[in-house]
Amino acid sequence: MHDDVRNILLAGVGGQGTLLASELLSEALLLAGYDVKKSEIHGMSQRGGSVTSHVRFGSRVLSPLIDDGQADILFGFELLETYRYLPMLRRGGAVFANSQRILPAPVAVGTASYPQEIQEKLRRACPGTHFVDGLTLACEAGHPRTVNTVLLGALSTALDISPAIWREVISGKVPAQFLQENLRAFELGRDSQADAPPAMQAAD
Amino acid sequence: MSKRLMSGNEAIARGAFEAGVRVASAYPGTPSTEILENLVSYPDVDASWAPNEKVALEVGIGASFGGVRSLVAMKHVGVNVAADPLFTLSYIGVRGGLVLACADDPEMHSSQNEQDSRNYAKFAKVPMFEPADSEEARSFTRLAFEVSEQFDTPVMLRSNTRISHGKSIVHPQAPVADLPAPGLLRDPAKMVMLPANARDRHPLVEKRIAAVADWACTQPFNRVETGSGKIGVITAGIAYQYARQLLPQAHILKLGMVYPLPQPLIRDFAARCETLYVIEELDPFIEEQVRAMGIAVIGKELIPICGELTPGRLAAALHGSRPAATYVHAEPLPGRPPNMCAGCSHRGVFATLKRLDAFVTGDIGCYTLGFLPPLSAMDTCVCMGAGISNATGLIKALPEQERHRVVAVMGDSTFLHTGINSLIDMIYNGGRGTVVLLDNRVTAMTGRQENPGSGYTLAGIESPPIDLAALCRVLGVQHVEVLDPYDLAQTEQVLRREMARPELSVVIARRPCMLDRRHGPEPAVALTVIEERCSACRICMKLGCPAISWQQDDQQPKALIDQQLCSGCGLCRQLCKFEAIEVHNAR
Repeated sequence: MHDDVRNILLAGVGGQGTLLASELLSEALLLAGYDVKKSEIHGMSQRGGSVTSHVRFGSRVLSPLIDDGQADILFGFELLETYRYLPMLRRGGAVFANSQRILPAPVAVGTASYPQEIQEKLRRACPGTHFVDGLTLACEAGHPRTVNTVLLGALSTALDISPAIWREVISGKVPAQFLQENLRAFELGRDSQADAPPAMQAAD
Repeated sequence: MSKRLMSGNEAIARGAFEAGVRVASAYPGTPSTEILENLVSYPDVDASWAPNEKVALEVGIGASFGGVRSLVAMKHVGVNVAADPLFTLSYIGVRGGLVLACADDPEMHSSQNEQDSRNYAKFAKVPMFEPADSEEARSFTRLAFEVSEQFDTPVMLRSNTRISHGKSIVHPQAPVADLPAPGLLRDPAKMVMLPANARDRHPLVEKRIAAVADWACTQPFNRVETGSGKIGVITAGIAYQYARQLLPQAHILKLGMVYPLPQPLIRDFAARCETLYVIEELDPFIEEQVRAMGIAVIGKELIPICGELTPGRLAAALHGSRPAATYVHAEPLPGRPPNMCAGCSHRGVFATLKRLDAFVTGDIGCYTLGFLPPLSAMDTCVCMGAGISNATGLIKALPEQERHRVVAVMGDSTFLHTGINSLIDMIYNGGRGTVVLLDNRVTAMTGRQENPGSGYTLAGIESPPIDLAALCRVLGVQHVEVLDPYDLAQTEQVLRREMARPELSVVIARRPCMLDRRHGPEPAVALTVIEERCSACRICMKLGCPAISWQQDDQQPKALIDQQLCSGCGLCRQLCKFEAIEVHNAR
């Protein structure tokens, strides 16, 4: 019954648009006909804290929380946060990671260090890790704030959801004056994965 | 309407609208805040922020007296504030149905305790629904109003962080039509709870709760899911989802109404199972009542009593192991602790109190973050309004030579919540002490809601803001001073003077929350460090401002200001003795 449930964990830093991305993702999955549940802790987004969102979808979803080692996709908006939540990824799971670094306060004030060679460590843990240069593509789309939509475009290549559904969902949530740049950002993100190997393994 | 994804809070608001609620009152509190924020958008609902939860419930009771359905919402600790009217309302009952929606916070993601509000239902003898997803949040809220009127009782609906802030599919229904018209009705035996009347009502309360318990045995919200095998589980709320997922073969009695319990249903279920578990988060609320029925169960000896009951923790409790993490970090990772925003008007006050070696009795709001390093400028924090009353008691206890160090700190919304009463006590009972009111003109921590000092209501209507300085003077405070917390010199001068004064003073640090665009445009000015003048003394780092970082990798480490984050408040520039921080450019 719950065996076909798949799990996507989004992780980022407050202010990057992680929660908006999880909104768009959930709405797209709903339109695609799945039962969907999502879960997150509000409040730290304004204050630059770590932000995660659990999205689960399938024919019937029970728990709204993903357990350790159960995420099919780890969708990271910032390198340290992606690395931090690696223990949530299941064997054979996929990683989509934005290549941006945002220094946390302990690093900024000099009492801690940003881990070295995160990209290498991610590749070793998950050889097919998809890195996305979100900020560059967002600027190409028209504005750095569209980073989250770029990343969503990249993630969309791992899901069987029609472009029409994505367009409908983005149009529904994004204010009219930002719509064009967001649709462009989504396309750029999607195209950045054009040569990448298939992401999703069959559910066990 | 077609199915939609909604959070539990959105769904509760939807259910209240469908039930024809006309009046709603609440005080913001994570994770309940969005209930009223959503309800205000529906037509024909008068939804407002009350200064505190007791007032909110009393407003709801008044609406019920007038014959309309009312919803009151709060977080778990808010029920503590509303408890007085709740217990007597249980005796009074309702005219228009009344539902009290409360949201618990297991794991204390943003609260000072993780009390289990289900205990209130049993204590106050009122029925309580507990939804397991957003669709139940909607349908149980709607049903709760019918139960309230049918059985003449307030009804509680208990949510928690996972339900309130999680989203799942909801099937909205058409709202009810043809509710009775409101009006005045005299019924003193019911509405005036002096002892003679109350004595007559209590036996009715006992009869009522028994009647609800009977009725609940045949309702679909308490259902048995038959499995195979010998294991049975009694569960409710979010714990049901985890139990169902982890034990796909078990027989499950899912309770939608967690008080009163449907005892015959439970007995019947227990008789069919060889081993019976009660799987619930936090307290053994259901477990103890089932044991009292003489039924053997496995509960808290296995299931954790502290913290959130996640699927992993439940798996560890039931199976002795939880799904293994597939990756283990070789090194400790830096955290991302929360912090006050760059430009927060509280920062300068805490930095100054730290310099003056004040012992700070604090309170609840964004300013509670003043506890965190490097400011580390809060020494106590108990509950809403306690900052001032704790100071009063502490000063009474201390020898004379230490008293001047005690400073109470409280935000504007907290002060209007219950701090006024604390100040009255400090004035009335021989008052001394220094009270700092951090007036940023908004209820900030919960997401910048309006309050009686902000100038607007929840519905966006202008409402003359309370003049806090005048209020303190009228209450009898002789020494009231307003300062600008962006002016460090003034802040230190005033606080130093008032701490030394052996009389009661109120210092109001007034500057709007820097996120609030109503009080001014986006900050246009950013500051920058002039590298050749920076002596690396690190005094600016003591502010803990997220815009200031330390360039430790350079040959000669310097401070660096992030142009995107800096709001131009100027505190760092005032602290710097080397004139190494200047205005950079207008944005």
